[in-house]
Amino acid sequence: MGRLSGPLHDVAQDAGYEQPPPRMGFFTDTSVCIGCKACEVACKEWNEVPEDGYLLTGMSYDNTQALSASTWRHVAFVEKADGPALTDLGMPGVGLPGAATAGTVHEDQETASGDSAVRWLMSSDVCKHCTHAACLDVCPTGSLFRTEFGTVVVQPDICNGCGYCIPACPYGVIGKREDDGRAFKCTLCYDRLKEGQKPACAQACPTESIQFGELDVLRERADARLAELHAQGVEVAQLYGRDPEDGVGGDGAFFLLLDEPEVYGLPPDPVVTTRDLGSMWRHVGAAAAVLVGVGIASFAGKRG
Amino acid sequence: MDLQNADCILIEGSNMAEAHPVGFQWVMEAKKRGATVIHVDPRFTRTSAVADLHVPIRAGSDIAFLGGLVNHVLSNDLDFREYVVAYTNAANIITEDFADTEDLEGLFSGWDPETKRYDPVSWHYEPPARMSDDDVANIEDVQDGEPVSHEAAQSDTHGSGGSPLPWKGRRDETLQHPRCVFQILKRHFARYTPHMVEETCGIPASEFAKVADALVANSGRERTTAFCYAVGWTHHSTGAQMIRTSAILQTLLGNIGRPGGGILALRGHASIQGSTDIPTLFNILPGYIPMPLAPLHQSLDAWVEDDEGKAGFWGNIRSYSVSLLKAYWGDAATAENDFCFDYLPRLTGDHSTYATVKSMIDGGCKGYFIVGENPAVGSANGKMQRLGMANLDWLVVRDLQMIESATFWKDGPEIETGELVTEEIGTEVFFLPAATHVEKSGSFTQTQRMLQWRDKAVEPPGDCRSELQFYVDLGNRIREKLADSTDEMDAPVLELAWDYPVDETGEPDGESVLREVNGTGPDGAVSSYLDLKPDGSTACGCWIYAGVYADEVNQARRRKPHWEQDQVAAEWGWVWPANRRILYNRASAAPDGTPWSERKKYVWWDPEQGRWVGKDVPDFVPDRAPDHTPAPDAHGPDAIGGQDPFVMQTDGKAWLFAPLGVADGPLPAHYEPAESPVANPLYPVQSNPGRRSLKTPSNPINPSRSEVFPYVFTTYRLTEHHTAGGMSRTLPYLTELQPEPFCEVSPRLARERGLVHGEWATIISARTAIEARVLVTDRLRSLRLGDRFVEQVGLPYHWGGNGLSTGDSANDLVNVTMDPNVFIQDKVGTCDVQPGRRPRGPALVEYVAQYRRRAGVPEEGDL
Amino acid sequence: MARGGGRAEQAMVPDVEFESYYGRPILKEPVWKTPDVPLYLFLGGLGGASALLAEGAALRGLPALERTTRLVAAACAAGGTVFLIHDLGRPERFLHMLRVLKPTSPLSVGSFILAPFATLSSVAAGSQLTGLFPRLGRLAGLGAAAFGPPLATYTAALFADTAVPIWHEAHRELPFVFAGSGAAAAGGLAMVLVPMEQTGPAWRMAVVGAVAETAVVEVMERRLDMLAEPYSKGFAGRLMRSARLLTLSGVGLAVLGRRSQWWRRAAGVALVAGSVTTRFGVFEGGMESARDPKYVVVPQKARKAARESARWAERTAAPRTG
Ligand SMILES: Nc1nc2c(c(=O)[nH]1)N[C@H]1C(S)=C(S)[C@@H](COP(=O)(O)OP(=O)(O)OC[C@H]3O[C@@H](n4cnc5c(=O)[nH]c(N)nc54)[C@H](O)[C@@H]3O)O[C@H]1N2
Ligand SMILES: Nc1nc2c(c(=O)[nH]1)N[C@H]1C(S)=C(S)[C@@H](COP(=O)(O)OP(=O)(O)OC[C@H]3O[C@@H](n4cnc5c(=O)[nH]c(N)nc54)[C@H](O)[C@@H]3O)O[C@H]1N2
Ligand code: SF4
Ligand code: SF4
Ligand code: SF4
Ligand code: SF4
Ligand code: SF4
Ligand SMILES: [Mo]
Repeated sequence: MGRLSGPLHDVAQDAGYEQPPPRMGFFTDTSVCIGCKACEVACKEWNEVPEDGYLLTGMSYDNTQALSASTWRHVAFVEKADGPALTDLGMPGVGLPGAATAGTVHEDQETASGDSAVRWLMSSDVCKHCTHAACLDVCPTGSLFRTEFGTVVVQPDICNGCGYCIPACPYGVIGKREDDGRAFKCTLCYDRLKEGQKPACAQACPTESIQFGELDVLRERADARLAELHAQGVEVAQLYGRDPEDGVGGDGAFFLLLDEPEVYGLPPDPVVTTRDLGSMWRHVGAAAAVLVGVGIASFAGKRG
Repeated sequence: MDLQNADCILIEGSNMAEAHPVGFQWVMEAKKRGATVIHVDPRFTRTSAVADLHVPIRAGSDIAFLGGLVNHVLSNDLDFREYVVAYTNAANIITEDFADTEDLEGLFSGWDPETKRYDPVSWHYEPPARMSDDDVANIEDVQDGEPVSHEAAQSDTHGSGGSPLPWKGRRDETLQHPRCVFQILKRHFARYTPHMVEETCGIPASEFAKVADALVANSGRERTTAFCYAVGWTHHSTGAQMIRTSAILQTLLGNIGRPGGGILALRGHASIQGSTDIPTLFNILPGYIPMPLAPLHQSLDAWVEDDEGKAGFWGNIRSYSVSLLKAYWGDAATAENDFCFDYLPRLTGDHSTYATVKSMIDGGCKGYFIVGENPAVGSANGKMQRLGMANLDWLVVRDLQMIESATFWKDGPEIETGELVTEEIGTEVFFLPAATHVEKSGSFTQTQRMLQWRDKAVEPPGDCRSELQFYVDLGNRIREKLADSTDEMDAPVLELAWDYPVDETGEPDGESVLREVNGTGPDGAVSSYLDLKPDGSTACGCWIYAGVYADEVNQARRRKPHWEQDQVAAEWGWVWPANRRILYNRASAAPDGTPWSERKKYVWWDPEQGRWVGKDVPDFVPDRAPDHTPAPDAHGPDAIGGQDPFVMQTDGKAWLFAPLGVADGPLPAHYEPAESPVANPLYPVQSNPGRRSLKTPSNPINPSRSEVFPYVFTTYRLTEHHTAGGMSRTLPYLTELQPEPFCEVSPRLARERGLVHGEWATIISARTAIEARVLVTDRLRSLRLGDRFVEQVGLPYHWGGNGLSTGDSANDLVNVTMDPNVFIQDKVGTCDVQPGRRPRGPALVEYVAQYRRRAGVPEEGDL
Repeated sequence: MARGGGRAEQAMVPDVEFESYYGRPILKEPVWKTPDVPLYLFLGGLGGASALLAEGAALRGLPALERTTRLVAAACAAGGTVFLIHDLGRPERFLHMLRVLKPTSPLSVGSFILAPFATLSSVAAGSQLTGLFPRLGRLAGLGAAAFGPPLATYTAALFADTAVPIWHEAHRELPFVFAGSGAAAAGGLAMVLVPMEQTGPAWRMAVVGAVAETAVVEVMERRLDMLAEPYSKGFAGRLMRSARLLTLSGVGLAVLGRRSQWWRRAAGVALVAGSVTTRFGVFEGGMESARDPKYVVVPQKARKAARESARWAERTAAPRTG
């Protein structure tokens, strides 16, 4: 058993690979995402993931809603009406999306790199391939395993559908397919990686929002990109999941975001649940011991 | 085009990120390199989201906005003067007879209210002081009233070069002459002030200033700005002039023919560029050679006369045309029989798609092929399309899917309303399954005129066949049936050079077709259009493609990755003409042949070698020195001067003012769309006077400024779907991403009409009413024009009755009013919006009729 | 709209300001089925504590108590196994549970507790019923008693070792809640089924267990602070309130009516019901906690802010000290 939390230099080695290849991952730069969803479609095509329902959600252009057993890439669309104070034209407010700016015109319309009246943020989400992956840790069958590339993959022939991995994931990534009973998620295209190919989603992305490569290299590239954006005055830009010191020991798939993580549906400060495993077992043990004590004590008195 | 080298990119009339995501990577690349990206669009789209600046604009008002920019440049002397003087017709002096919109309240001189056409004679250049013999002859022609532009198809008949000019004209290089183009331009655009822009487009002066400053700061010697547009400009009754306005602006700023500059027309379907080059259009032949006109062109000589011998590369038109005829009729085409010129059909009038549909309704057109399109959903005024198809004898549909155009007779909207009854439709419909692009090999020509060859990946399933096989086979069968005919009428078919090698599955060899297109001569495949001869010794299917099969090699199949090549990446695919990546690139050097700047160095004159050299194939006569002045009697390419970069133009100059060839005026003027909620703020003339309308009861037009139809709607695409939907609504992975038709509205409009996010709305025009889900969003803004607001309704147009996700077609709402140059419809119109679903069945017809009555729309159609 | 709870018609959380993605959950709700999983938890507690009672009864010579509790333990093990298997998406692959023993997976560890417990308790019960192999039966009973308490408490780790805030953050208290609840149920059921004379130890176990359960739940809710909200609101809140009511009235009846067979029985019923209800309450509370992004966003943001301000304080303090 490897380490349960904290920074980890080599996940694959920790998982028992002798001389693993470099850890591979994703850097998703949402500042250049155009929300084309090519990644979603390419992932489904390559991995033969079934269609996930035809529902117009009203959540901007997001009709996929979330990552799930049948959606391994999910492009979020956040419409935000904010930016500089708007001129109030005395229009009554109304409880609809967009009410905030109703009736205001003549305002600056700068976007992305500056203040704006409307911002439309897009971000392609995916399994984080955590350094300390709760899903993998809690899987009782060993169906979830760490690959030599440091990624986290489900083996569908072993999964018995116990569902444990699902609430264990601090990002709400992995899901169970109702008709099939088993859990599924992004494999980081393990089959393609073994052939030396890029994952399908990264291959399809037209803007290099999804960058695939050696995690160390990606982290450097991300730092440089962040510095560049900060230099351009995009103060809101932040890296998410890049820090090996964070609650999951850093993500194998990390992001550059243009707003707070929760705005995109990401947890602000995730922690791998097994970080507290020692404490859990100690308390379970103590409680069991107390129960034994209560049992003994119960018989200590008289019979009646 | 090389967008990545641009310092500023203005995207207007296109939602590039959504409709051209792969090409958009170069915009993102430019942005990474520091370029400013601006998006001018009625809606805040996925393109706006990553742009530096989004400017909302009222649909259909782009000429006012661009005209404002032109005015800004001219009135503040911000043009790239050296470039303008040397390379444009700014210095040309226009005849005294010319009168502008300023003088004629919104019309130009030459307007004939009877025919609703312009006679462009008064727009001509003042003849030069010293005239050549040719000039004299041409002047006589003009004075005799000999038509210089073709009635039926106007500018399109002369493709990229426009109509030939009779003479080069007199110039005043100081630009001071009151009748020189520069001064005319200044006067014409003077009324396009920031205030007027605000009143017309709903763009505040502060926003306008930002765009103007960005463009000016990123133009000149050291920097370049690129424009991108698509159908947000083309689909208007003033579409061609919108594009012309941008061309004027880009030319004034010196951004044409230079790296990171230009105007990029983002073409639509895969190879829609290819289907213009080798056209599916009625009025041109391959390589933009005009189709002969019945009244004018009764011989080969008459046909080529307009262009032949004129300055520039169109001067060699006889070689191109004769080679084309040789490609069609092979050995049968001889000098004696005018190379079978008489076998070519002649045009008698407008036979564009909408004219044909009207003819179907009127009973003139009896049979129709629908191949790779779905007009029941994709063409404006869907009802008109379906009524037309229901009135045919036969209809052939070749498609990948059972599209609405093949099933309208049993489940179209008119069946629901009772306007059509299946049993009463006499059309015999043949549906033939087609092979997809991965099931056949061939070339695609994309936006940058690049041909890329594609190999067959899988065999087509079942009875699916490629277009090539279908047409070769159809030709064979017709020829078999006619084999014994001695009727003169059948000779053109029987004598066709129709011998294509086929493989074991019966599929003709696509590369043999490409070779025919490339052209062949006595030594095999030709390597350039300069090899083509007027004497019948060469054959060529499309002169601008000559070279794609040079050295007997399929050049379109080259796939050397760009990271193994230089900036221009000349070894990926093949670009017409002559594998040249940037057209008119002589303009990337100053008049003396030196680069304008080190930073924007591209093609320049090397005095040592006595040649033009650089990164790209120079778009010029290779050894023509910058100081060369052609002899007065020189013809064709020989007549190109050393400082005439626009080698397809007879005068070698970029036309700020079009002395002929444009149907609706030598300069752009803002007119309102045929349906508009406002009065034209610029001129007393409301809509484009030259617009083409179809007068038929199924095409009624909403009156402008009607309170019954107070809102503007505009239509567009979503990344997740493809045009009329046959290729996306049928696929689960795409359908789930946008599973239902919707309309996008501003919060203010939602409040005004009580529309609820996620619920239904009914959108009504004089044609019909459709329903869609409501998305209330800040991305649609209420625009303030003076003292009123204009609300715009956004409508993706991908839906129809078939497929995994179904819904009403936005096109059932759209009217047919066309641009007079290219006969393309408006994509915008006016409407009313009401909460809830539309009436069903016959009640819908009555509902819409009520609206028409309230708005005072005459029952017989167009006003 | 990303602000607040999201779509207009969705209930928003008025008291705390936080942003989310259209009010959508950040975590995935457990896909565990109800009533299978709450019942499995309950049976584990009941069975585990019953096995303990059975061994005590054997030692103290209380045959009726021994007999009943052995049977209860075995029945619980069997029932629990059925529920566990039934809950799997691929029940036919139940045995994959025993492919590996993973200490990081409470479900794996639990399988290795449940399997021997089920075997041992059924051997003990079989021997009890048939009178065959009495020595083996006693040995098995002893074994079951050893696996019983872990069986009763490991399920707390099963819940706690998830990202569900209301479960995870209670990983210290939950084992005690479940231990108490198991004791109350086992004692309570014995009070119902066994003649009064032999239920003294059961009575004591039930009362102590019930009081402990109630007290620890109280402590847990205080410590969880806003995270405990689901235990006082909505469906889970109603369950938790009923559980407390049942358990406390069980304790009351047991204490007041300790001399009456029928009062004892009534008390037993209340305690068993209270124990079951607690499990359902904890389960539903977890579901609600996973469903509402508030419980992820608000505490995590606070945690992050605290960390950042600490780091900032450290940085700004440094020059002064150094
Ligand atoms: N995913 C996808 N890609 C496609 C297609 C597809 O169907 N799906 N279709 C292909 C085809 S055939 C084509 S032709 C191209 C078209 O490519 P585009 O022209 O980029 O696509 P559209 O969405 O039709 O329209 C572009 C934008 O014009 C805006 N617009 C509407 N009216 C006006 C106006 O009056 N002025 C201005 N400035 N803007 C206006 C609309 O809001 C819209 O954002 O896309 C091609 N690419
Ligand atoms: N209101 C409104 N209307 C518009 C537009 C707009 O912006 N607004 N845009 C206009 C534009 S730019 C366009 S291009 C049109 C597009 O409109 P259409 O061309 O009418 O619609 P498509 O869906 O592109 O039709 C193409 C069909 O070709 C089939 N197909 C694909 N490949 C092959 C093949 O290899 N062989 C054969 N035989 N069939 C094939 C597909 O299945 C599909 O059904 O819509 C126009 N209509
Ligand atoms: S994100 Fe979730 S599913 Fe992915 S590796 Fe981490 S814990 Fe597992
Ligand atoms: S559902 Fe499958 S992958 Fe998830 S924990 Fe259970 S066995 Fe492992
Ligand atoms: S890496 Fe592969 S499996 Fe994962 S999201 Fe991308 S395409 Fe899908
Ligand atoms: S493919 Fe790339 S640009 Fe398109 S949605 Fe996915 S991440 Fe964004
Ligand atoms: S669909 Fe084809 S043509 Fe359109 S963007 Fe994608 S690759 Fe380019
Ligand atoms: Mo198009």
